[in-house]
Amino acid sequence: MSLKSLPTKQYLTPGHRMCSGCGAATTLRQVFTALEKPPIIVNATNCVEVATTPYPYTAWSVPWIHTAFECTAATASGVETGLKVLQRKGRIPKTDTPLIAIAGDGGTYDIGLQALSGALERGHNFTYICYTNEAYMNTGIQQSGATPKFGWTTTSPTGKVVPGKVRFQKDIMKIVVAHDIPYAATANPAYPLDLVKKVRKAVAVEGPSFIVILATCPRGWRTESELTIEIAREAVLTRYWPLYEVENGKYKITKDIVKKRPVEEYLKYQGKFRHLFKPKRQDALIQELQDYVDKKWEELVKLENLT
Amino acid sequence: MAKLVALTGNEALAHAVKQCRPDVIAMYPITPQTQIVEELAQFYADGEIDAELIAAESEHSAMAACIGASLTGARVFTASASQGIALMFEMLFVASSFRLPIVMGVSNRALNSPLNIWNDMSDTMGVRDSGWIQIYNQNAQESYHTIVQAFRIAEDKDALLPVMSCHDGFVISHATEGLELLDQEDIDDFLPPREAHIPIDVNNPVTVGCVGVPEYYPEIKVQQEVATQNSLKIIKKIFSDFNKRFDTNYEIISSYKMEDAEVALLTIGSLAGTAQDAVNKLRKEGKKIGLLKLRVFRPFPIKELQESLKNVKAIGVIDRNISFGSMGGALSMEVRSALYELKNRPHIMGFPTGLGGRDTRIEHFEKVSEILLKVAQKDKVEENYKVVGCRGPGCINVTYDGV
Repeated sequence: MSLKSLPTKQYLTPGHRMCSGCGAATTLRQVFTALEKPPIIVNATNCVEVATTPYPYTAWSVPWIHTAFECTAATASGVETGLKVLQRKGRIPKTDTPLIAIAGDGGTYDIGLQALSGALERGHNFTYICYTNEAYMNTGIQQSGATPKFGWTTTSPTGKVVPGKVRFQKDIMKIVVAHDIPYAATANPAYPLDLVKKVRKAVAVEGPSFIVILATCPRGWRTESELTIEIAREAVLTRYWPLYEVENGKYKITKDIVKKRPVEEYLKYQGKFRHLFKPKRQDALIQELQDYVDKKWEELVKLENLT
Repeated sequence: MAKLVALTGNEALAHAVKQCRPDVIAMYPITPQTQIVEELAQFYADGEIDAELIAAESEHSAMAACIGASLTGARVFTASASQGIALMFEMLFVASSFRLPIVMGVSNRALNSPLNIWNDMSDTMGVRDSGWIQIYNQNAQESYHTIVQAFRIAEDKDALLPVMSCHDGFVISHATEGLELLDQEDIDDFLPPREAHIPIDVNNPVTVGCVGVPEYYPEIKVQQEVATQNSLKIIKKIFSDFNKRFDTNYEIISSYKMEDAEVALLTIGSLAGTAQDAVNKLRKEGKKIGLLKLRVFRPFPIKELQESLKNVKAIGVIDRNISFGSMGGALSMEVRSALYELKNRPHIMGFPTGLGGRDTRIEHFEKVSEILLKVAQKDKVEENYKVVGCRGPGCINVTYDGV
């Protein structure tokens, strides 16, 4: 597979109102590049929803449904079930149209977690794409369960006493994998072929599949728009965002990082971590993040060897 | 041939759902509705129902799944009550705004706190502005019939609105009654399969649930309001079709001994039976009292109420909830608004009763009637409302069974 051999048909059309350098927009274009057939989209409330569908305009050239914030997986459950039963009864033609749910980290790690869990347990045949920009960006940069420790947001501000968010992020992959679904993976737009392969696998499996994709948010992370992909790449090279998949319970690191770069190479791009470097370098805090990244990587390697 | 059976209200409702040939049923248990989804799950397990079940992990997700499934063109049903309806509050508005013909069976139950599994209508009255048609049933037979009517109403191309069919928790939901089941062929004939209004089709893509900016939102909402107002005509027509075909007598508002009534009781739900007994008793004593039973609360039948109540001097509206800090319950406040423009408008008092499952008895209605007759005589209302069936100052109480 090469980039040039991928379908060029786009379902998220130009003219949407997402920011320049938006990691979510780039990520979704890559997701759709993987699809051989036009999908049906169920979208949570988030930036993508707001920026692509201001009535009377829409940026979607495929069926697209938004109901509310926390129930993307539940809405998708209904769509999948409805189509299945109507096809079985011969009321509509049989198709194998991919059903893609799109939600951000707030809509997945936090408010949408219950609906996601229910849908995964019930085994609906759909692919859930979580783009995580590690905070509630649509409401203006508030901390979520995906916000990293020491990350600045408007509800985890850096102050004279508290250096940003006080807890580490949730490990959403562990939560999802605990549902024993056929396929779960992490991805990153700096590695488009890896992402495309994973989306293809996810769509091909029978039953639920899940991909969580790190999506740089220039507005929320306080980063330069033109550096979105460079920052995303650094997340992988520092092992902050390991690329791996879990296929029927078997872990596989899809991008081995033999010589890791220090995590601060990733942190230093981002205004949300500025307080770790200025006005005074906070060695202990940076080390705490490094230790976390090292521990999570070791854990992953162990899981890969174990499964 | 109609078949005579003994079923609880919930079982009767579930039987009707089965006979309406639903495609998707979302289930989540909550007392006193649980029996409805249990019954449907058993039909499924026995191969008696050709539907897919979604065992949702909450009522919020159940309604979200109903919305997703209904968008595909499926005939969709769910059931809920109380906290469940409170939890799905947000999604109720989405369902009606999408103009989806979802039907929900409700076994009315009080809201926390304190936790109370018994009957009142705080749940559905609390979602009266959610854009759902609300029909209230007096007994199991009505509950059974209403489901059949509800799918026809909801799926009517000029309505396309979700419908709640409500019966009182325990009083109807768990009480066994004799009722007649309709023949399957008759229901099939009355209720053809649903045709999707706008199907989900990759060849004709539609964006559903977009952002409605201030430049467009009011127009979209007013269309919804117009459709909801117009649905009253559709409901009337479908009741009339049903009556003709099945020899029943469904109306938006039914009246009893109203011809010469000076005062009237207005009830909703199962209390009409008890109220009727009270009216009979009072009539024997020479009191000029009548009874109205409101079957359709949304859309609110304003003209019909004005017509039914224009000649009485005082009305007691039997509310089943309290709208805290206002003038009693939701029903009495709406009746008061509806009658305000009448030239000779009657006096109105609200009587919230049966809260949290407390029994409302003939004796209660007698006391209510005494108050109403006094109001009519004095041509003056002293209080906007009075709670019935409660100990304490200002409330109307009747001692029974040690309560």
